[in-house]
Formats: sequence, C-alpha cells, structure tokens
Amino acid sequence: MLLKIKNLDCRRGNKLIIANVSFNLKSGECLILKGPNGSGKTTLLRYIAGLSTNNLLNDNIAYSGHLDGVKSTLTVQENLKFWSGIYNTNNMANVIKTLKLNDFQNRIAGELSAGQKRRLGLARMLITNAKIWLMDEPTVSLDKTTTTLISEIITQHCKEGGAAIISTHVNLNLPSSKVLDISEFKPEIDKEFDPFLEGVF
Amino acid sequence: MWPLILRDIRLALRSGGGFVLTLAFFLIVIMIVPFGVGADLGLLSRIAPGILWIGALLSCLLSLDRIFQLDWEDGTLEALATSPIPLSGIATAKATAHWLTTGLPITLASLPLGYLLNLNHNSYFLLLTSLAIGTPALSFIGTFGAALTVGVKRGGLLLSLLILPLYIPTLMLGAQSMSVGTNNPIELLALIAAISFMCIALLPFACAIALRANLK
Amino acid sequence: MSLWEYANPAKFMTLSARILPALAITSSCLLLIGLLWGFFFTPADYKQGSTVKIIFLHVPTALMAINAWLMMLVASLIWLIRRHHVSALAAKAAAPIGITMTLIAIATGAIWGKPMWGTYWAWDPRLTSFMILLVFYFGYLALWEAIEDKDTAADLTSILCIVGSVFALLSRYAVNFWSQGLHQGASLSLDKEQHVDNAFYFPLLVCIAGMVLLFVTLVLIRTRTEIRLRRLLTLRLRNS
Repeated sequence: MLLKIKNLDCRRGNKLIIANVSFNLKSGECLILKGPNGSGKTTLLRYIAGLSTNNLLNDNIAYSGHLDGVKSTLTVQENLKFWSGIYNTNNMANVIKTLKLNDFQNRIAGELSAGQKRRLGLARMLITNAKIWLMDEPTVSLDKTTTTLISEIITQHCKEGGAAIISTHVNLNLPSSKVLDISEFKPEIDKEFDPFLEGVF
Repeated sequence: MWPLILRDIRLALRSGGGFVLTLAFFLIVIMIVPFGVGADLGLLSRIAPGILWIGALLSCLLSLDRIFQLDWEDGTLEALATSPIPLSGIATAKATAHWLTTGLPITLASLPLGYLLNLNHNSYFLLLTSLAIGTPALSFIGTFGAALTVGVKRGGLLLSLLILPLYIPTLMLGAQSMSVGTNNPIELLALIAAISFMCIALLPFACAIALRANLK
Repeated sequence: MSLWEYANPAKFMTLSARILPALAITSSCLLLIGLLWGFFFTPADYKQGSTVKIIFLHVPTALMAINAWLMMLVASLIWLIRRHHVSALAAKAAAPIGITMTLIAIATGAIWGKPMWGTYWAWDPRLTSFMILLVFYFGYLALWEAIEDKDTAADLTSILCIVGSVFALLSRYAVNFWSQGLHQGASLSLDKEQHVDNAFYFPLLVCIAGMVLLFVTLVLIRTRTEIRLRRLLTLRLRNS
C-alpha cells in the first residue's frame, strides 16, 4: 500500500473545494482523476504533493504540474544532470534513451518544441526514482505520438511497482486504472465553513 | 544543496552577463557621485566609505528579484519544493549562489572603485573586510525579500522598499568601520559578522515560511 | 481558553460592538483631561518655557508608535501559530495607526526641537530609530496591498513583521555606534529632559493612559472594518 487517503478535505484559500475524499493507492495502480474544470483535481494533487500543506504525506513523490519545470537557458543534459544531483540518482543515460531525447541532449531547452519540453519534464519524473507520480494534465496540447509515448512510460512505471495519480481529460489507455470522479466530493453548500460568513446579517 | 548552487551560478552567468552587469552598475553608481557632489578630493575621501557601501547595497538589489522569480515562472520552484531538499535549504543555496555571483564580485571590485573616490589609504583593508563580511547578510536578507515578493508581478520596487530598511544595521556598521575617526573597527567588524551569521542561520527559515505561503 | 473564543470573527464583532462606546468615551475623556491639564494647568518650566509642554503629546505618541509595532508582532505570531483571522486583520488594522503615531511623534519632536536645540531634525539615535520604524511600517502595509490572496498576504506580512522586529532592534543599537562615530557628543537624547517633576508627572500619566485606550479603540474600529471588508470579499467570490 503506497498511499492511504481518508476523509480528506481540501481547501483553496478559505473555500472548501472537496470534502471527505478517501482512496487507497496500491503499487502498480493508476488512479485517474476526472471532473470538470475547477472541481478540485489540481487542488487534490497539490495537496498530496505537499505544496499546500506543511506536512509531507509521503517522501516518495514526484509532482508534475501545468508548467514543465524546465530551465530554458540550460541544455537538456544540464537540466537532467541537475535533477540527478538533487535526487542522488544515476539513471540519466537510461532516461534519455527512454524518452527519446538522445538527439537533443546538447540542445538548449528553450529551443525545444512543446512536446519535447514536456518529455524533458517527464524525464525529471523518471530521474527522481520516486514511486508515486502525481501528474496534472500531462498530455494537454500534445500530439498523438507524444501522448502514446507518455502512456507507455506511465504504464512501464506502474509495471515496475510504481503508482500514479493522473488528472486528465484524455483517455490514456492505461491498464489497471481506477477512476475517481472528483465532482462527487463537492461539499454541500451549508457544510462549507468560512469563519467570515458566520452570523452574516 | 550543491547542485542547486552550481546550477544557479551557471544560470546567472548564462543570462544577462551575470556578474558583469552588477559590476557595471556598481561602477556607474560610484562614477556619478563626483558628478553630483563635486570633485573635491577631500570631500570624496570623507564620504567614500558610505558611498561605497551604498553602491554595494544598490548593486546587490539589482539581481535579487530574479532569485525566485525565474524558477516560479517556469515551474522549477514547485519541482524544487517537492524535492528532498527542504525549502530552507533551497533558500540557503540560492542566497549563497547570489553572494558568489554578486556579493563577492562587488567586494573585489570595491578596491579600484575606492581609489576613484580617493579613499583613505589605511581604509582599504577595512573596506575589503567589511564588505566581505557584510555582503553575505545582504544576500540572505535580499533572498528573504525575494521570497516574500515572488508572487508579485514587477515586485522589484516593493522588494527594495522591504529590504532596504533591513539593510540599515549592516550599512551603518560597515561604513562606520571604515571611517577615519573610528577607534576600534575590529569591534564593528565583529558586529557585522554577528549580523551576517544570524542572517545565514535564521533567515532561511523565514524564507521557507514565505515560500510556503506563496506556493499554496 | 475563553480569550481565544473572540478569535472567531462573529464573536469578536459582538464583543467589540459592546465595549467600543465605553472605550471611546473613556479614552477621549482621559486624553482631554490630560492634555488640558498639562497644557494649561501646569507651571512653565524655568529652563524651557512653555514649549516643553508638547511633551504631553510627544511622549504618549512616541510610546504608542513602538507599542503599535509590538502589538502587530504579537498578532502576527498568533496568526502564524494559531491561524486566527481576527489576529491577522488586527495587525493590519494597527499599522496605519502606528504610522500616524510615529509621524505625530516625529512632528512634535521637531516642534520641540526648534526652540530647544535650534533645529527641527537631528540624526541622533532616538530620532533616527523613529524614522527607521516609519519605513518599516510603510513596507508592511505595502506588502499587504501587493498580495491578492488575503491569507497569503497575512502569512507574508506576519513573517515580515517578525523579521522586521529583529532588525528594528538591531538598528536601535547599531545607531549608537553610528552616531557616536560621526558626531562627538552631539547627542540630543530626550532622556535628559525626561527628568520631569511631579507637576508634569501626573498629567503625563493621564495622557499616556488616554493614548493607550485611544489606540485600542482605533484598532478595534479598524479591525471591525477589515472584517466587514473580508466578509464582502468572501460573499462576492462565492456568488461569482
């Protein structure tokens, strides 16, 4: 069991966005978060990543948000070497091969296309050697080839014992995936608590 | 933490000429002082300690708002925040990189610039030492200010307003330690060192609180 | 425990509504009595004439200028540790009052200084410290205004207040080294003039008490306004 979430409430600012979320994440599983825009998928992912709270839920986490996390004035190799140093891993050569970045190794990241930049961002996830991947719309505005590549990499990651929580509108054809519809956890209006609205006259 | 320091130095050198811009600014600030107050060597000699320190302050300010801003804009800050390095470690690394690319060059460049302002011969050693000891405080305080204003668009002016008051103790002691009338500069240098050590030890935690608030 | 109950905005509003009239009246009376007594019913100092009577305005405002920042410091700590919104808003509310107190203290100090030492301003430790405090206040308010999300703003301004307090203290002592170096013995320390005799002592106490209560009154009024503004903002966001 990699991750246990029980009765979680998530807030954006003071406003309660989702209430009473519970789920378990086992090794090898893919959890797909579905729901309309604004329903709280990003909020939930950021919470689990440890960005919106003071306590980290789990050490073994890699988070990929809307932005790529790529320094555009460094080369591909320099970008990845940096993350290798941070996470103290040495699988860089393999990662570059897996994500088909061999041809661009010495290219300045700012000159890459959007798809190539996204692959570079994904390479970071692989370099971290983290078990749990949190991905917020990883394939938005990417072409079919790149999307397939990303699906394959996620599948491989889960097969090797990792897990992923992914928010997406696209069908990624991931085996062994559960779906969690976030809109089911929308709090009822009168359960929302905002200290400033008490006793509003 | 070292990969982050090295990366930031590399980034600073690669974009916008790195420390060369900072030094050019330092030079220009010192240069315009005689244009403003006159070229009387006696006067310049008396105000040189203060002017050199103020010039160093302002030159440090230049590159501060970029410390976190660039990483914020391309998502790297979030990626770093979810990495094994704690936020306070990130702040320390960035402040160190800032000092290496700004504070240190400024300290070294102050010597020839002191000559331009006819600095008293006996003060050169104190100039070097006081800047060497005091600029780390400037970098760490500046990093704190940058952490506060990382989410503010065009926050450079606000950043300056917030941290210049925090620079005042270091500035006062630094300029004073070089002045001709001072009896015991070592005592003042010790105080500057104490302030710098306090900043290095404690401000990263304040930075972590600020970064966490902005990342929410 | 019971004091923490009033951290709840609604409870705070009811309590402050009840005590505000009494506070306002008491503080006004105390100030009025103190100032009138001090200005008109005390003998002129043999050395300084009547100008020294500005002390009845100068000392209370100077004290409150510093105490306002201290109150902000405590409120900021409470916000960071216990996340009570009223605390954060009280700190924000106190800042402009602190600025006003500081400005009045500096101005009355200048008015006092001209006949006494021949100058409106001197860079002596105490005056300089007040100037530095003023700039700290400005920075604090500027940060509140620059951040959109109010809770983030509360976090950031709280940590700024805490760090600022440490540096304000540092400045207070660094100024002594700085001033002694450049001016030999030109210390216009107001401490020397604090040797007031009984005739001044009691009206001064009354003025100080009145000023403290005035500060509390104004902070409560402004905090109530801040709470209402937050409520408005929340409702607006909710309905959009």
